Amino acid sequence: MDMPVPKAAVIAKKDHVVARLAEVLGEGAVIHDPAETRAYECDALAAYRCPPMAVVLPGSTEQVSAVLRICHEEGVPVVPRGSGTSLAGGAMPTADCVILGVARLNRVLEVDYDNRIIRVEAGRTNLSVTGAVEAEGFFYAPDPSSQLACAIAGNIAMNSGGAHCLKYGVTTNNLLGITLVLMDGTVVEIGGAYLDAGGYDWLGVICGSEGQLGVVTEATLRILPKPEGARPVLMGFDSSEVAGACVADIIKAGVLPVAIEFMDRPCIRATEAFAGAGYPDCEALLIVEVEGSAAEIDEQLGLIKQIARRHDPVELRESGSEAESVAIWKGRKSAFGAMGQLGDYMCLDGTIPVSALPHVLRRIGEMSAEFGLGVANVFHAGDGNMHPLILFDANKPGDLERCEAFGAAILKLCVEVGGCLTGEHGVGIEKRDLMDVQFDAADLEAQMRVKDVFDPGWLLNPAKVFPLDASAGRRAG
Amino acid sequence: MMIPGTEAELAEAVAAAPGPLRIVGGGTRPVGRAIEGDLLSVAGLSGVVLYEPGALTLVVRAGTPLEEVERVLAGEGQRLAFEPMDHRGLLGRSGVPTIGGVVAGNVSGPRRVQAGACRDSLIGVRLVDGRGAVIRNGGRVMKNVTGYDLVKLMAGSRGTLGVLSEVAFKLLPVPESAASLTLHGADGARAFEAMTRAMKSPFEVSGAAWLPGAAEVHLRLEGFAGSVGYRAGRLTALLADLGEVTVETGAEAVARLWRSIRDVEALAGHAFVWRVSMAPGAMRAGLRADLDRTARFDCVVDWAGGLCWIGMTEAQAADYVPRYGAEDAISGAIRFHRDLQEEMADPELGGGHATLVKGPEPLRAAVPVFQPAPAPLAALARGLRAQFDPRGILNPGLMS
Repeated sequence: MDMPVPKAAVIAKKDHVVARLAEVLGEGAVIHDPAETRAYECDALAAYRCPPMAVVLPGSTEQVSAVLRICHEEGVPVVPRGSGTSLAGGAMPTADCVILGVARLNRVLEVDYDNRIIRVEAGRTNLSVTGAVEAEGFFYAPDPSSQLACAIAGNIAMNSGGAHCLKYGVTTNNLLGITLVLMDGTVVEIGGAYLDAGGYDWLGVICGSEGQLGVVTEATLRILPKPEGARPVLMGFDSSEVAGACVADIIKAGVLPVAIEFMDRPCIRATEAFAGAGYPDCEALLIVEVEGSAAEIDEQLGLIKQIARRHDPVELRESGSEAESVAIWKGRKSAFGAMGQLGDYMCLDGTIPVSALPHVLRRIGEMSAEFGLGVANVFHAGDGNMHPLILFDANKPGDLERCEAFGAAILKLCVEVGGCLTGEHGVGIEKRDLMDVQFDAADLEAQMRVKDVFDPGWLLNPAKVFPLDASAGRRAG
Repeated sequence: MMIPGTEAELAEAVAAAPGPLRIVGGGTRPVGRAIEGDLLSVAGLSGVVLYEPGALTLVVRAGTPLEEVERVLAGEGQRLAFEPMDHRGLLGRSGVPTIGGVVAGNVSGPRRVQAGACRDSLIGVRLVDGRGAVIRNGGRVMKNVTGYDLVKLMAGSRGTLGVLSEVAFKLLPVPESAASLTLHGADGARAFEAMTRAMKSPFEVSGAAWLPGAAEVHLRLEGFAGSVGYRAGRLTALLADLGEVTVETGAEAVARLWRSIRDVEALAGHAFVWRVSMAPGAMRAGLRADLDRTARFDCVVDWAGGLCWIGMTEAQAADYVPRYGAEDAISGAIRFHRDLQEEMADPELGGGHATLVKGPEPLRAAVPVFQPAPAPLAALARGLRAQFDPRGILNPGLMS
């Protein structure tokens, strides 16, 4: 993975920059010893590493503003970091950058049940947002798999989704306001405890901008009353195509499940070996979850089972209790861990039109043979957001490169059938150089012009999202 | 007037435009300051490009009549979740609303509280920027974080950043049945209490509105028949201490009621209409109290208290706070408008925004129609326009 050559002039003044940062933050909040900066050398895309020049951990919006103002004056690139769980390299440093970590910004600032909002500092973890309101019967809907660790700041940067976004939407649909610090230190308040912000949809463009437009320090989030109950049904099919057709039929029938999850045979076998959830040994498996009162759940599951039966399922298992629900979800939730037991893997994130599911699954199987690498599929089927996991051996020379080539081929296929490169993980460095598969020059230019407005010097997370050659002229400044 | 028939012709027309352009779809939502410029209509770009009911997605050209879109979707038992308002009655317009106009205004209806705004359903756009370049963003899949989300930026930008040529939506199935609960005798306190309780309940209310004129709160439930019946029973019990609750289950009656709320029919006869978006709690405690003290007006409250439509007749406007010495309706409306936007800018009230939706040209020319943005955001907005429309020819001045 190419990264820009670090600027020697910036590295040469490290001591000066560190001293200025320590002056506003205190010594304890600035990390610059190479032995310690190593802890920040990568995020969850751990195949690529580079220790940053320094790391700062500000404790307030004012301190974030001061840090950015100093880096702006000194021409130092800044890479914002939430919890470092990005699967796309969104928080991957360069040797000449300052990592701005928001982990110390983790307080709940306000909970307002009547207006159904919570205001938090952006370093707070996703799950602990729900944790702050669940005693009153509320929850925060976006639930990325990393929700125990990932920060709201990173959720906003990547517009994170999760298993339940089929019904509740992704981060952008649940974000009402932010405090944003621009690269020059300007603090901007956008939106608030109301539904539609006035003027241009700044929240919309900042959500998913991968930390390239500003640093979010506070967020107002929509919270929702918990449903009375939820229950899944598990169904097994003897072909992925049939499972895909069943998904389309469920959606057309007017049921709106909270989640429709899909796993194929390699993934089922791996999770069975790992978690022993008691899944049937079949080609494809769906977990469909619905919400409501007991009677409402019965009605919806009845309809879903009726649709499933038309597709000759090899297994149809409705949860009858909380314990059975947990068992059904157990395998799905441990799928990534289970795959990790098999060796190294790369997790892709392309989205395709649901109608293209059978075709794409077939092609991925064929390509697996062509590239000589195993692949398992586990994903959010209701919205077409696929997560093919390509298995490789990082210690085997050439395997990573083959895996990258296989991954690129799958993502190109996703775009070909009308989909996109990434549905919820973000572009980062991982898919940066594939952007021109999906966008032509004018499309990318329009996006880069937005960054020109927010960060004219291209100092904020500059080597991400856009192909390096496309952004070269802008980053040179 | 220019009416290009293809996206390429639209791009040519923009690139070749010698000066400002006034961009229209059906011309049924003339909100904002009147602008000078050659009329450019996108009504010629019409038709469904791709409709996949099994994937709940629709791609359609921007000039397609909204009615046609809704008819096509109804044929498959689906709909636009955000329930776009029809402005014609309120603004006294005829003409054919287009889907592009809906997007340009981010026009959403009562279901916004549950299903999100137009911008939440919008998943892809094609547009022509001020240079005449065709730009694509988003796509036709429901989950997409590939690059910046210019899709949402286009929603509500009213043609000032680009001319939409094509839009893509995610859709929802039309539910099997619907019911509407009415709480009778609802004054302000009871009304907000009822809406807040309903929204805090797990009963998935898809509309919560208060009509102060009729002293009625309306709550809508949608879904499978059994589920709607169950939730109607639970909600009725939840509100029992606030007054008499009745339940309407006739499909036609429920649809008619919510259409009238969506289109703000109660204020169609008023000369001046404002749209105020703020936190329900702030609306209840702050704004209403201030307005009740100082002004005579009529209103329709939607989005569980988060959206307030304020209407003034000429007599009510002329009468606005004698201390200002307003001698006619226009100067009263100007005063009221300024006070309203000032109130929105007051951090004590928690923020929000007020837009003048209806008023004669002299009023619209005299005031900032949209809530003025704080300085840093106004600077970003100018920067964005300079990037997307460097010649300043797309609806210039409409949103500033």
